[in-house]
Amino acid sequence: MKHARETVIGWLQAAPLTLVLLGFLVAPIVTIFIVSFWQATEFSIIPAFSFENYEFLFGSPVTYKVFMATFRYAFLTWAFTLAIGFTVAYYLAFHIRSQTMQIALFLLCTIPFWTSNIIRMISWIPFLGRNGIANQTLMSWGVIDQPLEWLLYSDFSVILAFVHLYTLFMVVPIFNTMMRIDRNLLEAARDNGASGFQTLIHVIVPLTKPGIMIGTIFVLTLVMGDFITVRFMSGSQRANVGRLISNDISLLQYPSAAATAVVLLCTVLIVIGILLRFVNIRKEL
Amino acid sequence: MEKRPRSFYVLSLFFALFVLFLYGPTLTIGILSFQGPEGGLTFPMRGVSLNWFHELFQQQAVGDIWGAFRRSFALGLMVMVTTVVVSVMAGLAFRKKFPGSGLLFYLTIASLVIPSILISLGVGLIFNQLGLKVHWATSGFGSQLTWTLPFGLLIMFAVFNRFDKSYEEAARDQGATAWQTIRYVVLPIIAPSLIGVALFGFTLSYDEFARTLLTAGSYNTLPLEIYGITTNVTTPVIYALGTLTTAFSLLIIGAFLLTAWVMARRRARHGSDAGKGV
Repeated sequence: MKHARETVIGWLQAAPLTLVLLGFLVAPIVTIFIVSFWQATEFSIIPAFSFENYEFLFGSPVTYKVFMATFRYAFLTWAFTLAIGFTVAYYLAFHIRSQTMQIALFLLCTIPFWTSNIIRMISWIPFLGRNGIANQTLMSWGVIDQPLEWLLYSDFSVILAFVHLYTLFMVVPIFNTMMRIDRNLLEAARDNGASGFQTLIHVIVPLTKPGIMIGTIFVLTLVMGDFITVRFMSGSQRANVGRLISNDISLLQYPSAAATAVVLLCTVLIVIGILLRFVNIRKEL
Repeated sequence: MEKRPRSFYVLSLFFALFVLFLYGPTLTIGILSFQGPEGGLTFPMRGVSLNWFHELFQQQAVGDIWGAFRRSFALGLMVMVTTVVVSVMAGLAFRKKFPGSGLLFYLTIASLVIPSILISLGVGLIFNQLGLKVHWATSGFGSQLTWTLPFGLLIMFAVFNRFDKSYEEAARDQGATAWQTIRYVVLPIIAPSLIGVALFGFTLSYDEFARTLLTAGSYNTLPLEIYGITTNVTTPVIYALGTLTTAFSLLIIGAFLLTAWVMARRRARHGSDAGKGV
């Protein structure tokens, strides 16, 4: 009897979250899935059951090119954010001794996350532009005689912006796992004659793996689902899957956008499914 | 104190460069927004003036920024309050296993990793098919919650995983009802963490772009308005706007952090209020 009561209370407490997720997560995904089989005219969308959208999607060489570009952005961003994020987290967790300092520096890294992504993208313009700070500096040093054209509106600026926006998603989970490593293990490694580098490779990295996995999931899904960073930082000259979807949307081709969205979702879920084999998220909180 | 290894200095330099990388561009547009009236989008500065801030206040120059700001602010508060309440309730629910808890957990994680544009597209389609008008306070509000609630819940998990259950047991042993235990024991203890949830709720909503893109309707929120401006304004007025928005964000973040700090200080000074009654 008491057990049934507890179950009901648990359900009631979880009800608001469940309702929001059903209404604004599950229902939209189901709708997208259904609409992906519909057809469109110039003005409206028509309920149907046709594989036309998928046939067009898989029949077009553009799709494969764009998916490859998306994977490339995801991989490069992942590699940079991991290298930078791990180093920063390692420094904060093992080299800063006072806890107050640790919290202060950690907050320093976190604050930009709470400000606007769009503005953070805009702020690269004066730096990377043709007459921007980077080109002016390099020219005054005599490294180059002509402004570099590939700094802004290129793959370079897209990846730079991704790294700028998303490194934090690596720092936080990695730092969190590192803080829970038993310091006695490091001492034991040192007592047994391990060098600092050996301790890092054989003790710290393996124990930090869950944090790395969580950060990886964040970064990969954010980059794969992005459309605005690629559009803005490439000056609309590069494409990824998100932009394919948003272009269809702006042309009111909703069924076609929905089909691309379904394929993107499956791709993201497969990637996460693979990563989740390496980590139990719930245990890591 | 043990002597610092050489790697400490190398890593300190790396960290300093990282912070410069994080803040440098924002500071740059902060400086450039004070560009003189003749100045352009990049250095050199042609004089120093408030010209571009002044232009922001002239309605027709850059669209309805102040309306957008008011909407974003109101929406931020709505999302913040909802995120705190719903996350705390769900956090309490998840302390015990209940039928369906595993599924709900994975749904929440899915909400975090699903590409934002899918939410935007899906919610837009649903409203469209139901013949409803999308509006920032309905469809926009719900779409943003799918981004803020997972963060809120994850923070609650972290809080309750470190929560000492003996306080509750003590309250129950003294005859407190379930509701009294939550109201007078659990909530006061977790209160400082709720500031964190509120901070995420407000700022993530205030800055959200992708999820609001197709769900805000005819009245733009501030990020949408800013994005619209970037495509047709090529003067430092865009930097002035960026600087103001960032300054406002920093103000809000500062206020939240200060509140959390003051609460922690007060708690440390007053110590336990055991025996004082409720």
